[in-house]
Amino acid sequence: MAEVLEKEVVEKKPVAKPKEPLFSKKNKKLLTDPFDDNNPITVQVLGICSALAITVKLQPAIVLALSVVFVMAAGNVIVSLMRNLVPNRIRIIVQLVVVASLVVLVDQVLKAFVYDVSKELAVFVGLIITNCIIMGRLEAFALGNKPWKSLLDGIGNAAGYGIILIIVAFFRELLGSGQLMGAQIIPESWYLANGGFYSNNGFMLLPPMALITVGILIWVQRARNTKLIED
Amino acid sequence: MKAIHDFLEANIKPNFEKGAKYEKLWPVFDGFYTFLFVPGHTTPAKGAHIRDGIDLKRTMNTVIMALVPCLLFGMWNVGYHHYNALGIDASFVDQFIFGAIKVIPMVIVSYGVGLGLEFLFCVIKGHQIEEGYLVSGMLIPLIMPVDIPLWMVAISVAFAVVIGKEVFGGTGMNIFNPALLARAFAFFAYPTYMSGDKVWINTSVQEGQAVVDGWSGATVLGELATTGTTQYSAFDAFLGLIPGSIGETSTLLILLGAGLLIFTGIGSWRIMLSAVIGGAVMGLIFNAFAGYAISPEQQAFMAVPFWQQLIFGGFAFGVVFMATDPVSGSQTEMGKYYYGFFIGFFAIMIRVFNPAYPEGIMLAILFMNTMAPLIDHYVIQANIKKRQKRLALKTAGA
Repeated sequence: MAEVLEKEVVEKKPVAKPKEPLFSKKNKKLLTDPFDDNNPITVQVLGICSALAITVKLQPAIVLALSVVFVMAAGNVIVSLMRNLVPNRIRIIVQLVVVASLVVLVDQVLKAFVYDVSKELAVFVGLIITNCIIMGRLEAFALGNKPWKSLLDGIGNAAGYGIILIIVAFFRELLGSGQLMGAQIIPESWYLANGGFYSNNGFMLLPPMALITVGILIWVQRARNTKLIED
Repeated sequence: MKAIHDFLEANIKPNFEKGAKYEKLWPVFDGFYTFLFVPGHTTPAKGAHIRDGIDLKRTMNTVIMALVPCLLFGMWNVGYHHYNALGIDASFVDQFIFGAIKVIPMVIVSYGVGLGLEFLFCVIKGHQIEEGYLVSGMLIPLIMPVDIPLWMVAISVAFAVVIGKEVFGGTGMNIFNPALLARAFAFFAYPTYMSGDKVWINTSVQEGQAVVDGWSGATVLGELATTGTTQYSAFDAFLGLIPGSIGETSTLLILLGAGLLIFTGIGSWRIMLSAVIGGAVMGLIFNAFAGYAISPEQQAFMAVPFWQQLIFGGFAFGVVFMATDPVSGSQTEMGKYYYGFFIGFFAIMIRVFNPAYPEGIMLAILFMNTMAPLIDHYVIQANIKKRQKRLALKTAGA
């Protein structure tokens, strides 16, 4: 979806400057690459722990995905703005401080507005700080690029991470508890306990199945996108 | 046979050969063809080995033959316990027929789904049909409780074949025993239909029938884990007159199957022997330390004579038919001793210490499947070191 939307935006504002347009091909690639060719989870295999831990239900997964998008986009921009001011030797500390303050911000907002979800996410909001994708992008991209590009890169990578989270959570919640966003999807009368034929798959609620679901996603992705297959 | 062979060669085979109409379905044809006839491969001129007629398909068939007594007994046992629970005096034939009606659909579903998926993968990938599923397909219904809904069997089979085998590259590449993987999947996915005391004996009643008062459908291990005692005698358990997964109850008939496997050299006696020793050792340890149990039930369970631990539950079945899986087990002869020993050792340990998993043998075998390559690695390294030492001595002496 996001890719399609982005394309429309581009057609609407053809910025004809001698400078690089805002959504030049290269910049667009920063945004779309992490969805497929360079997905943080399925290709780089980063950020797996949170993908296993909070994907039992769809709602926390979406909230965490949005939180990561915010932290990463803002973190990338801030670090990129400071990239020429920060001495090389203390850059990791500075990055940590930036990310940590953003995470605290997110945590407080969640606690204020969606307390239940915040309780469910518990420590995993705090652990966004240690998410390897964030530090990886700050180090690898924001430190060497201008703010606009860093913003796109941050949004792209966080969204690529989030989309996997949401897909995994979708299947785990649907098959594991028969619900989506907490609403019953599978009719109650289908259940064996009520004289039907169906039963929830309890294995889906356990972390191993998240790993297997991610594995299946990787399988599907590589079957479709053959250039990812490393011999 | 000769007439069938000639007919197939002349009329059917050309349709499936390269360039012919059904070229894509060649794996399917080949799969059925080699069921009837040994493939005509011979050793290439430069080969250094002799090709035997016993190929994978015939190996697998031997295991299935070893399983048939357990299957037939399992069918009868299902009916026997059903009529017992209802307090009805049924004839042997009635009991058998009731069980057959329950068990045969499970076998059909298991083979239908499993072979269907295997065929699908073979046609897509264009390689030969691998016979690995023949045994798994028979094992899976035998290690399921009788009351499990058929679609759960189907999903477990699909999981085992696709995630357990095809993603690793098909038969011979899997790191876990597919049949046990199917059972483990069902166990964790649908625990209410895979454990407890309701699923092991079918108590569907028709009009005018009712379950006998005070009847319990718990397995021996279930009873031992909760109360520390069991209503079944050790002799019943040996003969198989106990509730449990369909094929796992009769130690006697499992021993018969074990005899066939060992006689034909298909099952490794090293694994079976060392697993029994491992189980006995753990049983003896429990006997010796029963006084240290944390609860009276556990104390009673730990005090169960060690040889009885070996005939209760799925221990014997797992050791004979699943621990000996040549693909997922240890490959080195020395490694097989360690591999088997720890299977027996952990199986008894899990079943006693964790009442939530009375069937410790399943988890023990899957765990040791993971460890098998490690064991092999150390066995091979030890051998290399030994030979290097010998070489050093020789050169030093000369």
